[in-house]
Amino acid sequence: MTDILLEMRGITKTFPGVRALNNVNLKVREGEIHALMGENGAGKSTLMKVLSGVYPYGTYQGEVYFQGRLCQFRDIRDSERQGIVIIHQELALSPYLSIAENIFLGNERARRGVINWRETYARARELMDLVGLDESPNTRVMDLGVGKQQLVEIAKALSKNVRLLILDEPTSALNEHDSENLLRLLRSFKARGLTSILISHKLNEIVQVADSITILRDGETIETLDMARDEITEDRIIRGMVGRDLKHRYPERTPNIGETIFEVRNWNVYHPRQPDRRVIKDVSFHIRRGEVVGIAGLMGAGRTELAMSLFGRAYGKRISGQILKNGKPVELPDIPAAIRNGIAYVTEDRKHYGLVLIQDIRRNTTLAGLRKVARRGVIDERRENLEVEGFRQRLNIKTPSIRQTVMNLSGGNQQKVVLSKWIFTEPDVLILDEPTRGIDVGAKYEIYTIINQLAGEGKGILLISSELPELLGMCDRIYVMSDGRITGELPREKADQETIMRLMARMEGDIVANGR
Amino acid sequence: MQTVVNLLKANIRQYGMLVALLAIMLLFQILTDGILFKPLNVTNLILQNSHILVLAIGMMLVIISGHIDLSVGSVAAFVGAVAAILMVEMNVPFAAAIFLSLLLGALIGAWQGFWVAYVRVPSFIVTLAGMLMFRGLTMLVLEGQSIGPFPDAFRALSSGFIPDIPGGRGIHLLSILIGILLSLLLIALEWGKRLSDIRYRFETEPFAYFIAKLVILAAALNLFIYVLASYEGIPNILIVLLVLIFLYTFVANRTVIGRHIYAMGGNEKAAMLSGVKTKRVTFWVFVNMGTLAALSGLVFAARLNAATPKAGTNFELDAIAACFIGGASMSGGVGTVIGGVIGGLVMGVMNNGMSILGIGVDWQQAIKGLVLLLAVAFDIYNRSKSS
Repeated sequence: MTDILLEMRGITKTFPGVRALNNVNLKVREGEIHALMGENGAGKSTLMKVLSGVYPYGTYQGEVYFQGRLCQFRDIRDSERQGIVIIHQELALSPYLSIAENIFLGNERARRGVINWRETYARARELMDLVGLDESPNTRVMDLGVGKQQLVEIAKALSKNVRLLILDEPTSALNEHDSENLLRLLRSFKARGLTSILISHKLNEIVQVADSITILRDGETIETLDMARDEITEDRIIRGMVGRDLKHRYPERTPNIGETIFEVRNWNVYHPRQPDRRVIKDVSFHIRRGEVVGIAGLMGAGRTELAMSLFGRAYGKRISGQILKNGKPVELPDIPAAIRNGIAYVTEDRKHYGLVLIQDIRRNTTLAGLRKVARRGVIDERRENLEVEGFRQRLNIKTPSIRQTVMNLSGGNQQKVVLSKWIFTEPDVLILDEPTRGIDVGAKYEIYTIINQLAGEGKGILLISSELPELLGMCDRIYVMSDGRITGELPREKADQETIMRLMARMEGDIVANGR
Repeated sequence: MQTVVNLLKANIRQYGMLVALLAIMLLFQILTDGILFKPLNVTNLILQNSHILVLAIGMMLVIISGHIDLSVGSVAAFVGAVAAILMVEMNVPFAAAIFLSLLLGALIGAWQGFWVAYVRVPSFIVTLAGMLMFRGLTMLVLEGQSIGPFPDAFRALSSGFIPDIPGGRGIHLLSILIGILLSLLLIALEWGKRLSDIRYRFETEPFAYFIAKLVILAAALNLFIYVLASYEGIPNILIVLLVLIFLYTFVANRTVIGRHIYAMGGNEKAAMLSGVKTKRVTFWVFVNMGTLAALSGLVFAARLNAATPKAGTNFELDAIAACFIGGASMSGGVGTVIGGVIGGLVMGVMNNGMSILGIGVDWQQAIKGLVLLLAVAFDIYNRSKSS
């Protein structure tokens, strides 16, 4: 029997009006990868905040034992001193500083306040080798992709003599390739005896790497599963999280596909600040009525750039190519023109690009289509309320009132507000960029149902996603992008993970045939 | 009883500054042995602060949109100077001069709006430059002299009163009538809002509380008008202010452009990706500010009966302070027009009250600074507690 590194016993944490955690137990063995799972709001983050001292000892009930000793952390520094390091979903790096400076931020290699740069760079190199980050330690963090930034965070954690590494949704912003990398890294740490707690929504990852899984639901421990002993399938985990069987992860839909509604020909886009860099290269594709078309690709393949450049030239310079709507060429010089022509773009980062967080559901819902509830620039609030109330019921947005500030909604409900906003503009074509990122299984299912409904109404859907199972489960046809080009087009019957992965990794030079 | 306490707690944010304003008024009423609410003084209070309130209304929109305008004091001075040259030296009729002055303000606003919106120079820099430039131009066109006096018709803008109808016996009858009309309008608007809230099952306050609120508001309004009526009646400038407050509250809450301003201040990228023409909205917010700064300059020059090179000094700071005391947020997207006006009145009452008490300008400045700091700190404290 291996030793227990961490034990949290009977943790109860209440906030005014809510009991976020109720008698939660968590046991982590030395040297394992322990997954913590649960829907949004199940209490995972709160539990980790108790563990790391964000909620200091005394503000919760229950006990935390680390390496057999009772912990009474007053703040994060206390827990870090013990070797408990947490890496948050939103990275906490300083973009203008170099990799080396970030790694030792708050923990500088210095004597009497004067930094020893030689040691800083040497140590940074070692740590970067450890996490497989092949960059100069002098590179500014803002010049790195998200995947590499994540590695910097991990290197930073390692610099602190970490005993227990906690990763909160580390792969939610990463593409398939970078995620694989990260998971491989976790396993190599395990081989060296480092214990980690992994919080993730991605079931396939958990099944791949976890040794045991603790499932939380509504602030309570449901069960701890041992991957070695029990036969654990993804469906088994979902049952634990949701409390019932989800028969299908993707709702059924009988496609009713009509004529081509949206077509793009020879689309080329250059980088807005580097005029010689072509970001989108000769892209052509089409969407038909009632069809859900997917776009797969690694991060940096140009999927978001393609979508945004089509949406009223919201991205890029020197754009050329042709857009046809219902067979007729259209010009979309700016976003209002795109909206007028029935194009909607649901952005990938709902908090930064999708919502005005400090405003209520009502104002967010009508923002893109205000003119529909206004006459001569004056808003008819009665009609606005009716419309938004209709969306609340139709999309099942869980809120006491449409005057609720969207900041206070869960991720899934926020996404429903964004969808409401765009459905309200009555589009013919919806471009959905990572519509289910960071939301839980139950809410995902609801979003999929909405997408299917929209397709059923005869709209054309373009679904951009980094989760291949999602594309395979939802789409009638999938385009694969790599390095700004479309490297393949696969109908539903011929699509599988391996084929897509191969096309995603295909670089310039080995292009065979393009597009349609 | 518990519900009453809860209601008060819920409303302290919304009405917090109004309550603070009333408390400050009451405090000075006691400290000055009742001079503060004397009809003459109340009238003076309005006349003395009108130019700042005009600025605060425009500044509120600028701050909501996520920007700042440091140039309004210099712009006000410059427009006042040009107006003086037009009317005093060139004998242009006062109506035409007012029109040209407002146009000049709009053009200055367009100039600054162009740099902020289309060249994307931060508004702090653009308007800091404007503050220096228009101060310099003011001194240039005035050649270091004061120009005055203005024609009487123009002066009436900020020192005249509305005409009366006979039969008041020492009380300004038309003012009283206007007061009653305004309170009826207020009641009708609130009533309509409540009915629609109930229809959509939004949370509404208990009926008794609602009635009490209306009665208090109507009583306060009529008392205020009565005080004015027992002096010379409603000042012309108060009519201008009321029209501006009503107009801009309507624009902010009920129009597409108003929604776009709030959305842009709350999250510029999200607003842009939702089809808000953010550049154009920013541009017009500054055009509007320029126009109101011009109006403020006219009001101030008319009251002083002269355009001076030093006019408008520190106006921008008073206007900005009024907005933040009135609940605006540094990061944009938050604030109400009426909040800015209340903030301006808080400052104005303090100025007036401390002057009556004979407190020197030195201490007045220091105390005002402290009040600004405490007001915003209190607001932030409340916000962090509620979230």
